[in-house]
Amino acid sequence: MARILLPVATIWRREIIRFLRQRSRVASAIAQPLVFWLVLGGGLNASFRPSGLPDGTNYIVYFYPGVLALVLLFTAIFATIAVVQDRREGFLQGILVAPVPKLSVVFGQACGGTTLALVQGALCLLLLPIIGLSTGIVSVLSTIGVMVLLSFGLTSMGLTIAWRMDSTQGFHAVMNLILIPIWLLSGAFFPAAGAPPLLEWIMKFNPLSYGVAALRRCLYLDNPASVGDIPQLSLSLVVTGLFCVVMYLCAAQTAYRRVNMT
Amino acid sequence: MMFPIEVENLSHAYGDRSALADVSFCVKTGEIFAFLGPNGSGKTTLFKILTTFIPVECGEVTLLGHNLARDSSPVRQHLGVVFQHPSLDLKLTVTENLRHHGHLYGIWGADLKRRIRDVLGLHELDDRGDDLVETLSGGLRRRAEIAKTMLPRPRLLLLDEPSAGLDPIARRRLLGFLNNLCVSEEVTVVLTTHILDEAETCDRVGILNSGELVAVGTPDGLRDHISGDIVTIDSPAPDQLAPKINRQYGCKVASVEGMLRIECDGGHEFVRDVVAAFPSDIRSARFGKPTLEDVFIKLTGRRFEL
Repeated sequence: MARILLPVATIWRREIIRFLRQRSRVASAIAQPLVFWLVLGGGLNASFRPSGLPDGTNYIVYFYPGVLALVLLFTAIFATIAVVQDRREGFLQGILVAPVPKLSVVFGQACGGTTLALVQGALCLLLLPIIGLSTGIVSVLSTIGVMVLLSFGLTSMGLTIAWRMDSTQGFHAVMNLILIPIWLLSGAFFPAAGAPPLLEWIMKFNPLSYGVAALRRCLYLDNPASVGDIPQLSLSLVVTGLFCVVMYLCAAQTAYRRVNMT
Repeated sequence: MMFPIEVENLSHAYGDRSALADVSFCVKTGEIFAFLGPNGSGKTTLFKILTTFIPVECGEVTLLGHNLARDSSPVRQHLGVVFQHPSLDLKLTVTENLRHHGHLYGIWGADLKRRIRDVLGLHELDDRGDDLVETLSGGLRRRAEIAKTMLPRPRLLLLDEPSAGLDPIARRRLLGFLNNLCVSEEVTVVLTTHILDEAETCDRVGILNSGELVAVGTPDGLRDHISGDIVTIDSPAPDQLAPKINRQYGCKVASVEGMLRIECDGGHEFVRDVVAAFPSDIRSARFGKPTLEDVFIKLTGRRFEL
């Protein structure tokens, strides 16, 4: 067992140490959620009223779970960009010739990215009292639980892409073309209700929609009527869980193939 | 007798381009074996195959009794690999890098602590354990890299261009370290190099050219391919001078990329005579004992260029 867990733990630990040693990453981790929420949420609050929601729901409150998802997505992305850098700088090759299964390597990387995303997401939760969302302890804990699932899924998705990439520039292109649109069309920015039919369909098939829905459901656990027409919590959790498993297997498979093609 | 490395008829291609062609050799226990060759000779491909980094396509590779084509996993525990580009994390301290590496090899707890202390001492890095790798010089990084690789006590140490980027003093120190390792830790060392001086200090050398292993032997044994001295003549008209020398002295004159090369006994006398005989045809002439570069030129018909 130590042979499997030890590599996972050490790869995870390295991700955390590296993060803490890069002050700019720590600073942006703390500042980014605040900036997003205040600038986007605050800026759009006066001119945007989410459709399909009870009267009186303001945008800055609606946008909050979306910011949580964005923070998780961004942190996952930056954590996985490290894989591209590791390969370019040569660090990864040392891991690849070690007697460690690729599943453990990818799992360690995914756990590292998940932890960083989770910490950043948790910092975001500190904003809850400020925006006036009254949430109980069960609500906060279940939100954290969903954040764990979502972070793991998003980090694994990032790893699937990063293991194929040779340059961080390529990764940024993918991020702009795929990852940001996935977030925009997840119900984080605007609700599916009222969107053009095509977008509504895309949102229905977007796995991140269910992650954002799960976050929203958990945050409004005590007041389910105010979330509007979004997927149920059970369905959202199942889809998000499946997303995690599928993305992790994709990442492991990509890593395995990439190594054998080198 | 089982050798730590046995390779038979190994070939490898990237698409249509052949990188290794029918390479066969053995490496003996406890020796330092160098693969010498210019860039593009197939050294790195061979290195990647031996380190299990890329799979065996064609041929047989047996490392420490394990056939790589069948299963490369068991052998990894006993391999120490030093890549050309350091695989240290610059943002971690030397000790943190060692700890990380130990964990990857299933070493932990008191055993890991003891081994870290031992390798730091062995590689004279005792006072550098807490330094971030990014603050170390190139030579120290290379030593830290080897210390890291030695932590799991590999039986086979594979190094790709270990002297790349090192000054001559650091290079000599590194080779001294490797020699000590072979004796004290009973490690078999295989390295790739394009530095002729480095290959000269190894126990045996395999010369690679365009994916083919053209010769294997001790540096002295390889030099025995050449009898006597090597005379090199720089001439403004080498094509006209070559037949003249051949006629007058009856020796074979090779023209290698504009320079005339002659193998002969008593090179000092030959240089004196040939300069006196053809003063206007010769810009410069020199002689010397054969080097591995001369062996390379003789075997491949081209200069050893990087």
